[in-house]
Amino acid sequence: MSVRGSGPWSGPEGLPHRLARMSSLSRDDVAHLAGLARIELSDAELDRMVGELGVILESVAKVQQAPTDGVAPMSHPMPLTNVTRPDVVRPSLGAEAVLAGAPESEQQRFSVPRILDED
Amino acid sequence: MTDLPTDLTRATAADLAGALASGAISSVEVTQAHLDRIAAVDGQVHSYLHVDEAGALAQARAIDDRRQAGETLGALAGVPIAVKDVMTTKGLPTTCGSRILEGWIPPYDATVVSKLREAGLPILGKTNMDEFAMGSSTEHSAYGPSHNPWDLARIPGGSGGGSSSVLASFQAPLATGTDTGGSIRQPAAVTATVGTKPTYGGVSRYGLVALASSLDQAGPCGRTVLDTALLHAVMGGHDPMDSTSIDAPVPPVVEAARAASVKGMRIGVVKELGGEGYQPGVRARFDESVALLEELGAEVVEVSCPNFEYALAAYYLILPSEASSNLAKFDAMRYGMRVLPEGVDAPSAEQVMAATRDAGFGPEVKRRIILGTYALSSGYYDAYYGSAQKVRALIAQDFDNAYAQVDVLVSPTAPTTAFKLGDKLEDPMAMYLNDIATIPANLAGVPGMSIPSGLADEDGLPAGIQMLAPATKDDRLYSVGAALEAALVDRWGGPILDRAPVLGAAAAKGA
Repeated sequence: MSVRGSGPWSGPEGLPHRLARMSSLSRDDVAHLAGLARIELSDAELDRMVGELGVILESVAKVQQAPTDGVAPMSHPMPLTNVTRPDVVRPSLGAEAVLAGAPESEQQRFSVPRILDED
Repeated sequence: MTDLPTDLTRATAADLAGALASGAISSVEVTQAHLDRIAAVDGQVHSYLHVDEAGALAQARAIDDRRQAGETLGALAGVPIAVKDVMTTKGLPTTCGSRILEGWIPPYDATVVSKLREAGLPILGKTNMDEFAMGSSTEHSAYGPSHNPWDLARIPGGSGGGSSSVLASFQAPLATGTDTGGSIRQPAAVTATVGTKPTYGGVSRYGLVALASSLDQAGPCGRTVLDTALLHAVMGGHDPMDSTSIDAPVPPVVEAARAASVKGMRIGVVKELGGEGYQPGVRARFDESVALLEELGAEVVEVSCPNFEYALAAYYLILPSEASSNLAKFDAMRYGMRVLPEGVDAPSAEQVMAATRDAGFGPEVKRRIILGTYALSSGYYDAYYGSAQKVRALIAQDFDNAYAQVDVLVSPTAPTTAFKLGDKLEDPMAMYLNDIATIPANLAGVPGMSIPSGLADEDGLPAGIQMLAPATKDDRLYSVGAALEAALVDRWGGPILDRAPVLGAAAAKGA
C-alpha cells in the first residue's frame, strides 16, 4: 500500500520532476507545479498559463537586479517575538458549528474520500 | 448641528451620527433609506454579493431601543455599514468572491465585525471583491464585476471595488476594506471616495480570510476624511486573537481629522512615483493638491526612494508565495466546495482536492498559487523569494530615510483613472501595474490613505492623491487628508461626488 497519489504531481515513473533552469517555464513545468499546488488544470488552462507565467516571471526577475548585497531579508513589517497569552481554558466552537460548513460529515467528524491507494 | 439632506443616503456618517444621538432620526429610518437605495440602484452597480435586510433592520431597532432606554452608545451607533466579503460574519455568507466558498456561512465573526456590532453599526450586507482579494478591478470576482458609479462601463477599482462603489453610489455611508497592495486605496482613488490602509497590525486580522499575511491590513472606507477616521477608531486596536496586532491605543485619528491642519508639516513628494506611465490628468490634479498643501502652510520637498522601482517585482513574488500557502486550506475537506473528478471511480482525497481547486478557483487565483509554488520551490527560493525579501528590506530603508527628512509622503494613488471593464483582463502584468504606487506601503507596513484630488481633464473621471506616514503615525494621514479635503471641497464648491452621474429608478428601467 502506498500513500502516494497517482495524480499529476508525481513525475514520470514517480521520479521527482526537475524544473527548468531558466525563468522560462515549460508546459511540463507548469503541469508539475499545478500538481504540487493540487490544481488539476485542463489542457487549455495549461496552454494559457505557460505564456502568462513566462511574462510575469520575466518581470519579477527584476528583484535580482536590486542592490541587495549584504542586505538582510525582511519577512515581516513588524518584528515581533514570542507573542504569548495566558494558558487558560476559553470557549471554543462546538462540533456542530464547525461541521456545519463541511462538504460531508459523519459521527461528529469530517468525512473525507479515501486517503490511501488500493495497491 | 448640520442640517441633514432630505435624502438620508446623501448624508455623511458624522452628520448621521449627530442626528441619531440627538434623536432627530432613528437608526431604522437611516437603515431603511439605504436598503431602499440598494433596491433602486444595485441592479446597475452590483456592489453587494449579499444584502441582509432583516438583520440590518433588527440591529437598527435594537440600537434605537437602547438609545431610548438612555444607554450611552458609541459615536457611530446606528449608522449602517457595508462589510467586504473577505471578513467572516457569523450567520451571513462569506465568499471572498470565490466559487469555492459559495454558500459558506461562517460560525464566527472577524474581530473587526465584532467591533462593528459592539459599536452598534447595522450591517447592510457583504460587498463584492476580486476573488480572495487578487485584483484591481473586481473583474476577478466569481460573481461578476461591480461597476464604477461615475461610468458604469468602467471598473470601480479592486479588490475592494464593492466597497468603493457602495460609497460612490450612496448605498452605505461607510464600508470596510482590506489592503494587501492597494485594495482600499486604489478603489477609493477611481471612485472619488476615501480609504485608509492603517499601519500593519493597527487593525486585527482575525477572521479575515488571509491573502498574504505579512501584507494584509484591514481598514476603513468612507466618503469624507472625518467619516473614515470615525470608522478607523471603531475598527482599530489591539486584539489578543491576532499575534501581529499592535498592543497600543489607536492613534488619535479623529482628533487629527477634526484639527485638519498641515501648518509647519514637512511633506515629501516621492520622486519615483508619478513620472512616466502616469496619466496627465492624474498628474495635474496631484500637482495642484501639492500646491494647495503648500498654501495651507506645509513645507513641500522632493524625496527620493530609489528602491521603489523594485517594489512591484518583490510584491509579485512575496504575495503569491504567501497566498499559495494560505490558500492550501481550501482542500474540499472541512468547508467550502467539494467536486469529484470526472470518470474516476472511488477518487482519492488528493484527486478530489485537485478537481475541487480547479473548479472552485478562478484563473487569477490559479496563476498566483502556481507562481507562488514556483517561487518557493527548492533551487529557486534564493533567486526569487529570497531576493524579494531583501528588496523588501531596501524599501523599508527607503521609507526610514524619507521619514528622517519629512513627516508625510505624497504621490498619486493610482497611475490612471478608472479603465473600461475588460480592458486589462487578458493582460495580468498590465493589471498589476495599477498598484505600483500603493504597494511600497504594504511591503514596509506603513500606513497610507487616498482621498479624491479632482477629475482628470481628459476623461472627467476621478483621480486620487495618496498620503503615506511612518508606522503607527496614522493620525498624520488624517491631518493632511482633512486639511486638503477642506481646501479642495471649497475650491470645487461642494463634495466631488455631487458631480457623479445620477443613478436610479429611471436609469434602471432602461438597463
